[in-house]
Amino acid sequence: MKSLFYVLIGVFFGIVLFKSEAASWFRIYEMFQFDSFHMYGIIGSALVLGVVFTQWVKRPGRKSFFGDPIQIAAKEKSISRYAIGGTIFGLGWALAGACPGPIYVLLGSGFWTILIVFFGTLLGTFAYGLLRNRLPH
Amino acid sequence: MDILLAPWPWYVSGPLIALTMALLVLMGKRFGMSSNLRTLCAAAGAGKTSDFFKFDWKAQRWNLLVALGAILGGFLAQHYLSPNDSVAISEATVSKLNALGFKDGGQNYMPETLFGSEVFGNLKTLALLVIGGFLVGFGARYAGGCTSGHAISGLSNLQLPSLIAVIGFFAGGLLMVHVFFPMIF
Repeated sequence: MKSLFYVLIGVFFGIVLFKSEAASWFRIYEMFQFDSFHMYGIIGSALVLGVVFTQWVKRPGRKSFFGDPIQIAAKEKSISRYAIGGTIFGLGWALAGACPGPIYVLLGSGFWTILIVFFGTLLGTFAYGLLRNRLPH
Repeated sequence: MDILLAPWPWYVSGPLIALTMALLVLMGKRFGMSSNLRTLCAAAGAGKTSDFFKFDWKAQRWNLLVALGAILGGFLAQHYLSPNDSVAISEATVSKLNALGFKDGGQNYMPETLFGSEVFGNLKTLALLVIGGFLVGFGARYAGGCTSGHAISGLSNLQLPSLIAVIGFFAGGLLMVHVFFPMIF
């Protein structure tokens, strides 16, 4: 039952990403050219509501659907890992025109060439696992 | 029905993305779309070569289910909710794309130059797609999250690390589009 719920949340998210055009390479390019408010509007409005929700859900006594207390972990403190890792991610985001969510959406939409990008993301994740101890964090 | 079939405006899409995050948090989980890549590596046996992948990946099964759902969502949106493949990007972007050699700006959902089926026979484009994916996967794990984990979840929780990461996302993106694209294409 829970499993079905996760799949349904994913289906919902996938439809939103596709129909908002946030999964389109063109929209990502346009965003980095500052030619349209569209992507900034999506991220900005999600963020405003996200802040409101997160502050609400963090108040004492809030419970999950299953009655468990809700914990939102703070991100560990560092500058280098976020600055360097973030920049590397951004380079790939602009080149492939897709971040991980849209990659799954595009797989379902039948853009088979995105399989190559997906293969690259797995390779990159694996490489990070191998090199992690030698990188500044 | 027409409203569903037309591209969804930002003020509908953004709130629905926030709702996705809220549902996952209320399920007792997190909103993040890149950690499933680590789960996949672990499931494929990468724990033999790196401790980073030595964890009980079956406990992370939920994030694979969300990813599976996103695949299905992409299928449904493409086949039943989209009468055509065009993307309503601005005229300014279309002409910049033209100058770059992308002739189908906004006419297709994805540019033929990078994602057309003839790409499978083009070594340069294949390499670009693998490198793009590699940077996304490597960078997301290095930074501990991607657009959903940092730009939405982390910033929603007012995390300074996420702000640094998001500034990095944009620094990298701007560098790629404005400095590297003219060299690549």
